[in-house]
Amino acid sequence: MSKNFAFHNGKKLLEHCAEYKMPIWEVMLNYEIQMSGKPEEEIYEMLHTRLQVIFDAVQAAIDKPEMSPSGMVGKSTPILAKAFAEYDKTGGELLLNKSAIAAMLGAVATGENNARMGVILAFPTAGAAGVLPGVIYGARERFGLNKEQMVQMMLTASAIGIVIANTATLSGAAGGCQAEVGSASAMAAAALTEVRGKSPETALHGASIALKNMIGLACDPIGGLVEVPCIKRNGVAAVFSMSASDMAYLGIESFVPFDEVVKAMREVGDMMSPKIRETALGGLATTPTGQKVAKKMGLLKIGSNPCSN
Amino acid sequence: MSSFSLFDIAGPVMVGPSSSHTAGAAKIGQFARAIYDTTPTKVHFLLHGSFGEVYKGHATDRALLGGVMKMPPNDPGIRDAFNIAEKAELAYEFEPGDLGHGFHPNTVKITLENEKRKVVIIGSSIGGGNVEINRINGFDIHLTGNSAEQFFTLVVENENLPGMLAKTTSFLGEKGIRIVNMQSSFLAGENKVLSVLSLEKALSLKEILALESEEGIIFVRSLKKLTQ
Repeated sequence: MSKNFAFHNGKKLLEHCAEYKMPIWEVMLNYEIQMSGKPEEEIYEMLHTRLQVIFDAVQAAIDKPEMSPSGMVGKSTPILAKAFAEYDKTGGELLLNKSAIAAMLGAVATGENNARMGVILAFPTAGAAGVLPGVIYGARERFGLNKEQMVQMMLTASAIGIVIANTATLSGAAGGCQAEVGSASAMAAAALTEVRGKSPETALHGASIALKNMIGLACDPIGGLVEVPCIKRNGVAAVFSMSASDMAYLGIESFVPFDEVVKAMREVGDMMSPKIRETALGGLATTPTGQKVAKKMGLLKIGSNPCSN
Repeated sequence: MSSFSLFDIAGPVMVGPSSSHTAGAAKIGQFARAIYDTTPTKVHFLLHGSFGEVYKGHATDRALLGGVMKMPPNDPGIRDAFNIAEKAELAYEFEPGDLGHGFHPNTVKITLENEKRKVVIIGSSIGGGNVEINRINGFDIHLTGNSAEQFFTLVVENENLPGMLAKTTSFLGEKGIRIVNMQSSFLAGENKVLSVLSLEKALSLKEILALESEEGIIFVRSLKKLTQ
């Protein structure tokens, strides 16, 4: 009988891993081969192209910093790039190690490149596109990963993304930021845990720990733009995913299984007011500072059109 | 069973900042240009709902214009779409407006023109970079971007006469081209019918001209697959 790699939740994913004696990334690869009918080489090629997009996006923001049209973002990448470059000299002042600074840099640079219309990989969405590049940069700095391992991280992360997309949502308009940056953090924590050789179960504990701590996160961007608070939030989330992964790596388990955490995230999303689901009608968007920017940019009339996304 | 692909999660590759307001907008523009076929000298965008309210901040305007100049959502040229259009002598205009109820908040009406031909398309960006076309020249249709990426789209306009659909389908049958999906829409005032077919193979220029020469058929347009 031919193997079946279909999965829609974490339980099924782990069953495949156990039955076929494969890590999550390999199940994900076989799932895609089976579902798309594409040969393995083509899928790898597409993944490597996307990995290159991740590198190019970060490098573009580092090489040529530029403010976004709103004037709200664009200054953080050079600061983080300098902190990273001079870490061996001045890093002693900072709380985090060099790999965490690399993670913040990768995440924030991706977001700032997106805000000024650079090319990015929406992974899983444009708003949460910094987290995975962040942890890939962080893990590369720490462990000297090769490109094969980074592509494996992308595969592991995507498997987690597929589970969340099936059970809940990855859209901020539907589920708030917990569904975007929260999901990306869960994806990142699983990828970080698996690439360090831990079991699929342990990787899912990392994902659960990450997502549990993102439940309830509002999507309240100023002017509806993917800038404030999104970009720095991606930077912090990348480091936070590393904490969740380290907890799992050390053997700490999530008390609530991953599938239940995802359902809880969906439930909280359903309870969220539309005002904090990517409409710029509440939270940070309607602070005096937020309204001032929206007015200056001629963006969103406050109180109108609560369903746009 | 999950219908999500790996690249739904790890993708799309796109010019920022927004999947719905930038990547989706570029796709609608691409789509409109594919249906228009020839080179337009003038394009007008009527921006409905959220598109009309926030298009500047999300560069929806540059993405739409880039799309109309055949740029896919990952083309860095979108940033310079205004300059590129001016060099290409393509006159463009953006106007916020209201298409009325029943349209998604992220909707645009695109009018493409040159001295010979005018085509009007209404399309919506429905989230995550996914798009759909709702009107072609006033005909009410429903064509998704995913379908146009996966299959070859054929657009056929004909007089509302008996046996017209059979003419198209048997023509395709004779050529051994399979039809995956098909829809037709009637425009009462003009007594014309527009059909949109998803095919497993594109028609050659010769085949297009042969089908177009059939009595009662007004025009035939065979689209390339949209690039992602």
